[in-house]
Amino acid sequence: MESLSNKKKQLKVKPLNFWERAYLPAIVSGLAITMKHFFKKPVTIAYPDVKREFSENYRGLHSLKRDENGAERCTACGLCALSCPAEAITMQAAERQKGEENLYREEKYAAVYEINMLRCIFCGLCEEACPKEAIYLDGDIVQSDYLRKDFIYGKDKLVEAPLNQ
Amino acid sequence: MELADIAIKFGLIIIIFLISLVVAMYSTYAERKIAAFFQDRIGPNRAGPFGILQPLADGAKMFMKEEIIPTNATPFLFIVGPSLAILTACIGSAVIPWGQDLVIGGKVIPLQVTDINVGILYIFGVVSLGVYGVMIGGWASNNKYSLLGAIRAASQNISYEISMGLSIIALLLVTGTLSLGEIAQQQHGWHWNVIYQPVGFILFLVCAFAETNRTPFDLPECETELVGGYHTEYSSMKLGFYLFAEYINMFISSAVMATLYWGGYNYPGMDWVTAHVGPVIGPLIGTAVFFVKIFGFIFFFMWVRWTIPRFRYDQLMDLGWKILIPLAIANIVVTGIVITLFN
Ligand code: SF4
Ligand code: SF4
Repeated sequence: MESLSNKKKQLKVKPLNFWERAYLPAIVSGLAITMKHFFKKPVTIAYPDVKREFSENYRGLHSLKRDENGAERCTACGLCALSCPAEAITMQAAERQKGEENLYREEKYAAVYEINMLRCIFCGLCEEACPKEAIYLDGDIVQSDYLRKDFIYGKDKLVEAPLNQ
Repeated sequence: MELADIAIKFGLIIIIFLISLVVAMYSTYAERKIAAFFQDRIGPNRAGPFGILQPLADGAKMFMKEEIIPTNATPFLFIVGPSLAILTACIGSAVIPWGQDLVIGGKVIPLQVTDINVGILYIFGVVSLGVYGVMIGGWASNNKYSLLGAIRAASQNISYEISMGLSIIALLLVTGTLSLGEIAQQQHGWHWNVIYQPVGFILFLVCAFAETNRTPFDLPECETELVGGYHTEYSSMKLGFYLFAEYINMFISSAVMATLYWGGYNYPGMDWVTAHVGPVIGPLIGTAVFFVKIFGFIFFFMWVRWTIPRFRYDQLMDLGWKILIPLAIANIVVTGIVITLFN
């Protein structure tokens, strides 16, 4: 039958000739190919010892940023949690007290801010959603661990180190 | 036999036993490293420098693992299987001539546990016993995949034993003796049998791959079809014994091939070397040469494993019965004719 696309090709299966049936020549050429690879440089990057360079827009571990005075930028608006497709972010807001102006930039801040790194898919939508430029995925690869509970990262791991320290 | 002789024999047996075990242990390491190099990787490198403690770590892991005997298995046979596999793998080394006789203080110390006059037949018998370990283990597991793997192993070994035997017959026409010690002596210098029996060697090599269940003939444990083959139900050190037996078998069959076809401990210019370094160091150099040959074969086993995919089962049988056996018979006939014409 005429094929619709006219791209049909009739393939013929040729019977193997004597040398092909004898296996040995094919095996010898195969051995030569693998031997070539034996002397090639390994392509492995021994990860924890050697690190491959990340691309510029690599999305790694989150960090909660501080402003130029060292105060936390996050105002616990919850937009990042709302935008998160994996529902990885939870937070609890608190009101800034008198005398804490140098700690938190806005009147409302996140007392608890947790990201579950096992749920997170590193899509970066939290970073895009944040109106305060408070969260960026500019960190490293998330470390492996033994227990699930250890993958819930709180503020102690997320917030940037204070300035001048 | 004097007490001293018995002590020497005993020492030799223990040394050979330990060497077989260590070689088998480090074959597992070498296999992983070589596989890695063939695939442009690095391989195990965490345990000790370059990962050389890896076999110890693997062994410790094997011993720590939970020992499981399936409810429906036959417990006695289930344990006999791997024990038999490792036993038959270890006793094959008894007749291999590891070197020329050492002469220390007027005492002749043969570097061969026993030179029985039917050495080749002994090896042959041990090899065919080896399949019982696999067969019993597969049967006792009470699992259809294990049983299929075991049956495959049995039929594969029987098929390839025939052409192996036939290829040896051609060799016996050339050497005129069944004793491995004498065969090794006859190949003094460069008179290696592989020069007179190249076809026989290739046949023997292919059969050795099949007998040790190495790729491309590793159908008894073909993961894609049979889960784990005959050792599907095995865990802990019993599994370890099966895997270990495979590596010891590889070591022994490399030694047999090196003895039968590649001159054993002989190398060109050995008389000159022995005359210069004395009657103790000389034979030891021969032994070292023998081990180099063995390691060469082991490397070849691994090289082939990481190059060639496994055969389909019918292709395996075709190769065994329709190609290797006729070829082996033709080899016998041609060898016979040539020997009659030139003698
Ligand atoms: S990167 Fe994506 S998944 Fe991870 S916390 Fe942000 S929005 Fe959620
Ligand atoms: S990180 Fe940004 S989006 Fe998330 S709660 Fe804080 S201010 Fe809002």
